[in-house]
Amino acid sequence: MFILKLILKNAFRHKLRTSLTILGMTIAILAFGLLRTVVDAWYAGVAASSASRLVTRNAISLVFSLPISYKEKIQQVEGVKVVSAGSWFGGIYIDEKNFFANFAVEPKPYLELYPEIILSPEHFQAFVRDRKSAIAGRKLIDKYGWKIGDIITLKGTIFPGNWDFVLRGLYKGRDKGTDETMFLFHWDYLNETMKKTVPRRADQTGFFMIGIKYPELASEISVAIDKLFKNSLAETLTETEKAFQLGFISMTEAIVVAIQLVSFVIIIIIMAVVANTMSMTTRERIGEYALLKSMGFGGRHITCLIFGESLIITSIGCVFGIIATFPVADIFSTALSTYFPIFNIAPATIYMDIAASIVVGTVAALFPTYRSVRIRIADGLRRIG
Amino acid sequence: MENVKPLIVEIKNLSKSYRRGSQIIPVLEDINIEIPEGEFLALMGPSGSGKSTLLNLIAGIDKADSGLVKVGGIDIAALSEAELAGWRAGNVGFIFQFYNLIPVLTAFENVELPLLLTGLSKKERHEHVEMALRVVNLSDRMEHYPAQLSGGQQQRVAIARAIVTDPTILVADEPTGDLDRVSAKEILELMERLVRELGKTIIMVTHDARAAEKAHIIVHLEKGVLSFE
Ligand SMILES: Nc1ncnc2c1ncn2[C@@H]1O[C@H](COP(=O)(O)OP(=O)(O)O)[C@@H](O)[C@H]1O
Ligand SMILES: [Mg+2]
Repeated sequence: MFILKLILKNAFRHKLRTSLTILGMTIAILAFGLLRTVVDAWYAGVAASSASRLVTRNAISLVFSLPISYKEKIQQVEGVKVVSAGSWFGGIYIDEKNFFANFAVEPKPYLELYPEIILSPEHFQAFVRDRKSAIAGRKLIDKYGWKIGDIITLKGTIFPGNWDFVLRGLYKGRDKGTDETMFLFHWDYLNETMKKTVPRRADQTGFFMIGIKYPELASEISVAIDKLFKNSLAETLTETEKAFQLGFISMTEAIVVAIQLVSFVIIIIIMAVVANTMSMTTRERIGEYALLKSMGFGGRHITCLIFGESLIITSIGCVFGIIATFPVADIFSTALSTYFPIFNIAPATIYMDIAASIVVGTVAALFPTYRSVRIRIADGLRRIG
Repeated sequence: MENVKPLIVEIKNLSKSYRRGSQIIPVLEDINIEIPEGEFLALMGPSGSGKSTLLNLIAGIDKADSGLVKVGGIDIAALSEAELAGWRAGNVGFIFQFYNLIPVLTAFENVELPLLLTGLSKKERHEHVEMALRVVNLSDRMEHYPAQLSGGQQQRVAIARAIVTDPTILVADEPTGDLDRVSAKEILELMERLVRELGKTIIMVTHDARAAEKAHIIVHLEKGVLSFE
């Protein structure tokens, strides 16, 4: 108790210096936490992917489509439970700035594949029944103030024309990581319209989402599917949803690595700042450490005093930093919702904040402790006068 | 000298030198001295003569090159670093020129500090601290911080801290060096009282003749040689 009191009193002996160091630590933890959250947001699609879902697409590139006739053959493959055709629609809502993901899917199999998309039975029925309908995530609906029954018009980019959809459902995410900003409508509606307007592009789909019975068999099933279409005009590439999502991100990997690097550089900088504070502090108190040693206190006690002080400073900064991360992340989340539909502070980020503060506090205390423990008592006392 | 009292400090053939770069500076050469229990000894000599060095060797915060240093019957030169620390905790009370109080601790807490290394309960510690502060006549300043006390009062707190563990010897390095004449006199009288009334043994380094007057034995150290008055 006495020692703890002394540590606390020591920590705030130089109020301005300690406050500034704590402020620095707070900002470092805040920046670190936000950058980690950005990285997480980047990988949100990967994190939300399921091991029991496969994606089949054109082997050449995502830009090329596959014949819808493949669906039946895929369904025959051993281990396949459910298949939904899907196409990236790429429609624009009023203005290009208003970006959100919009897909043409087959409602029943697709929603079976994605149990994390929660739709009320009424909305589900209404969506399935009306071929020109669409559903959208809660966040998207909130953002644009839509109401059920509204006509939403998207301007086609890949598929020309203005497309009207009746909003029939609002879905919520089952998990924190579920994207609540998607817009989903009937693949059949898209296909029928194409039959009338651009027949050459009808009966084609961007990809197939496949639900499998046994996640362990993902690679065997993938191989079996791709084998079916070997040497055909449109060869396929089947991979797990996770690999598929990672493929998207690999293009931007350099940015993610840079962000990660910066987040660690921040920790190293604050480490230097705290180490400097501790170094100044212990240099000023070297006479007191010598005094303690003369009284018979050992290296253990001095180590405890210095580490305690260092860790108190970093812990307070860490707590403030973590507290600040939530409101700031909220602001980020709103401002960047178009780019990062999922922007959540992961528990792992908080653990890393805590770990970082412990590492910073420990490293910063190492050298000052070494110096203070080793000081010859007579020399340390001499420095008083 | 009639040696009726048992010896508390016994030094034989003590030598100590410092190394400054490649140069070896001899400070103490073949020192011999015996100090009986309950004495008040003043160690005098010009600045740089090695007074503090000798005091540090007796107090076990420095190691001699050769020779015997026996305090309270224990050959402290033979102790390891850790054993020496434990020995100091129980046997030596320090009084410094600049008091060396911890500024963030109250007078009470400063005096309590050395007791943390003993097995005493909190209640016992507090009784000891109150007693020590009573001896130095500072019972009414227990909750004051060093900055709120005069130099003389701070030195009294330091003396209370030195005696609170009831050590074998008290070592004081220029205890009045930073004090005005009145405060210095008070401190010396207090130390004299500790010897007379409580039977403490004090070894005091000073170059102030007035301070030395209070002592029972005055020893001069010059050019590495001790001479007795
Ligand atoms: N750690 C040290 N390293 C080198 N020289 C020292 C050290 N400590 C003391 N000295 C030297 O030893 C001599 C005696 O010092 P000291 O015992 O402090 O003298 P005094 O207390 O009598 O003034 C001085 O010349 C001093 O410079
Ligand atoms: Mg000296």
